[in-house]
Amino acid sequence: MKHTLIKYLLSGVVFSVAGASQAELDIEYTGTAAFEQRYFLQDALYPQQSRDNASVYFSPELYTALNDGQDTILFRGFVRLDQNDQKRTHGDIREFLWAHIGDDWEIKTGIGKVFWGQAESLHLVDIINQTDAIEAIDGEDKLGQAMVSLSLYKEWGNFTAFVLPYFRERTFAGMDGRLRGPVEIDTDNALYESSDEEKNLDWALRWQHTLGDWEVGLSYFDGTSREPDFIPSMKGDNEFVLRPYYSQIQQVGVDVLAIVEAWIIKFEAIQRSGNMQDYWAMVGGFEYTSVGVFDSVYDIGWLVEYQYDDRQELATTTAQNDILIGARWVLNDFDGTEVLFGMVQDLDYSGVRSGFIEASSRINDHWKWRVDAYLFSSDEPTDISYFLRRDDYAQFSLEYYF
Amino acid sequence: MKILLNRKTTTRTSFSLLLLTMLFCTSAFSQSAQEKGLAIAKEQKSRDEGWSDSVAETSMILRNRQGDETERKMRVKSLEVIDDGDKGLTIFDQPLDVKGTAFLNFSHPLEPDDQWMFLPKLKKVKRIQSKNKSGPFMGSEFAFEDMSSFEIEKFKFTYLRDEQYQGMDCYVVEQVPLEEDSGYSKNITWVDKEHYRVFKSEYYDRKGSLLKVLTMHDYQLFLDKFWRPMELRMDNRQNGKSTDLITHSLEFKTGLSENDFDKDSLMRAR
Repeated sequence: MKHTLIKYLLSGVVFSVAGASQAELDIEYTGTAAFEQRYFLQDALYPQQSRDNASVYFSPELYTALNDGQDTILFRGFVRLDQNDQKRTHGDIREFLWAHIGDDWEIKTGIGKVFWGQAESLHLVDIINQTDAIEAIDGEDKLGQAMVSLSLYKEWGNFTAFVLPYFRERTFAGMDGRLRGPVEIDTDNALYESSDEEKNLDWALRWQHTLGDWEVGLSYFDGTSREPDFIPSMKGDNEFVLRPYYSQIQQVGVDVLAIVEAWIIKFEAIQRSGNMQDYWAMVGGFEYTSVGVFDSVYDIGWLVEYQYDDRQELATTTAQNDILIGARWVLNDFDGTEVLFGMVQDLDYSGVRSGFIEASSRINDHWKWRVDAYLFSSDEPTDISYFLRRDDYAQFSLEYYF
Repeated sequence: MKILLNRKTTTRTSFSLLLLTMLFCTSAFSQSAQEKGLAIAKEQKSRDEGWSDSVAETSMILRNRQGDETERKMRVKSLEVIDDGDKGLTIFDQPLDVKGTAFLNFSHPLEPDDQWMFLPKLKKVKRIQSKNKSGPFMGSEFAFEDMSSFEIEKFKFTYLRDEQYQGMDCYVVEQVPLEEDSGYSKNITWVDKEHYRVFKSEYYDRKGSLLKVLTMHDYQLFLDKFWRPMELRMDNRQNGKSTDLITHSLEFKTGLSENDFDKDSLMRAR
């Protein structure tokens, strides 16, 4: 399947190149690389784990436009080397996409990345790409997804149909990594509900429209759940592991953003159905920004979001009944310095909460520093957060852009 | 006593008359000053009609009080909209960490602008709050509202006086923003009588103190009709910082259409 897809993609590339009136190909080469140092504030729960971890990544991007910009080809790769966790040493084709644009339509073929939704603290509706969960705890890093999509840009909104021919498994920390559960997740032996396993043909529809001060989105997905369940199992004779189980689901999603005076209201909800379980979940809240606080050029944006999952204590996320309160401090300086900080409080268990700080600033045109810190507090063994109770960490990154 | 009273009445009457006359004169004067201010603004706007669309390559040079400089590079696509405010798409090329970030603005004469930002890392098109217009644009001395298109309906105009500016005969016009979210109490602009080009604009903060001075340099004529300054300089008189906005190239009537200014064009903008 992989080979067929790459062949198809390459034939698209060759076709486009042949179709270009001038053979001159202007390829734009850009990208990012970074060095990251993590320091964990407490001793690890498990003997294999370490207190420090160094890691580097490299993500090059190649882009070219052909036929007066009617065709574009984008490649974005990603490679990470990790000091301790061999599972975190991994690579991925984030994007390798040929896009052909018409007057009010567009076809994309290849490996792509798509984002849906409006909320900041949780991305419920966003389902096309698998989460590269080993990358970061915020779940915003995604694996490339094989796709063919057709978009229509009309007066009644933007409509896109997706065919997703190949499934990507979620990544998880290995036994030497931090931020994991007590039992190894056997990612080499995933189980599927579909007899076609990862080759199940998933599909999705999305409509999105601007109505004055409102942004409204509706989506439907039918296929392999991006979020696995875990089946306890034996690996070899005496090793107890969890095998990821990917069920077939149908998911309806709605996402709304509304500008009401100086407030931005955000809301997302999903209804997911499958053989194992039907449930719904939501995240909603607001953002309010004060410009030029205390007679300065600083902006402070306040963020409050409530997260709910109908599965309650059976939920596979920590966001089952939680509230996030955060603030984004934007200095509006030369270096684009920003600090985001806040906390998430579980409303079911008063002893379960987490705090975070994300700060970044430019050093010059090519270099940027970033500090991310997460603090976890959990005294509730039934909540997922319990696994992370000793994994408080601060990460310093030095990023290079070219 | 009677006489006294009479005299008093007379005095009072004549005083009232004087006051009335003064009031009348002031209002008549201010009426005509406002009419003249509006007429100048309308002429300014009408001389700029018909440019249809443009593509510009620009740089912003940000300078702090110590004279340290940093450069932002961006491309700006603009579309003239006849019965509404203009549309603008700004694509950032430098600094490199925001390369590919794009900003889409639909200005409106009476309502707040509609604005979206494309964040390339997340592939997210994010609707943003245009009420925050007094905030700095990309850390520069230009506020978001300074980058918006000039619309008559956004201001109350008052003609102040004629004055020479750099050897040119100019009108000096006061513009009071009507939107409550504006960061300014008023702007005073110098408009040349011959071509209705703005050469200087003083921005006063909400407290009425001089905040920034914008000067336009190197006006060039495009399509035999449209004058555009190739360099704008914004000096902040309160914090000592300044920003130059330099146009390296500018092309009109490039064939852009509404389709190039929708949310999805943001994702394709490179």
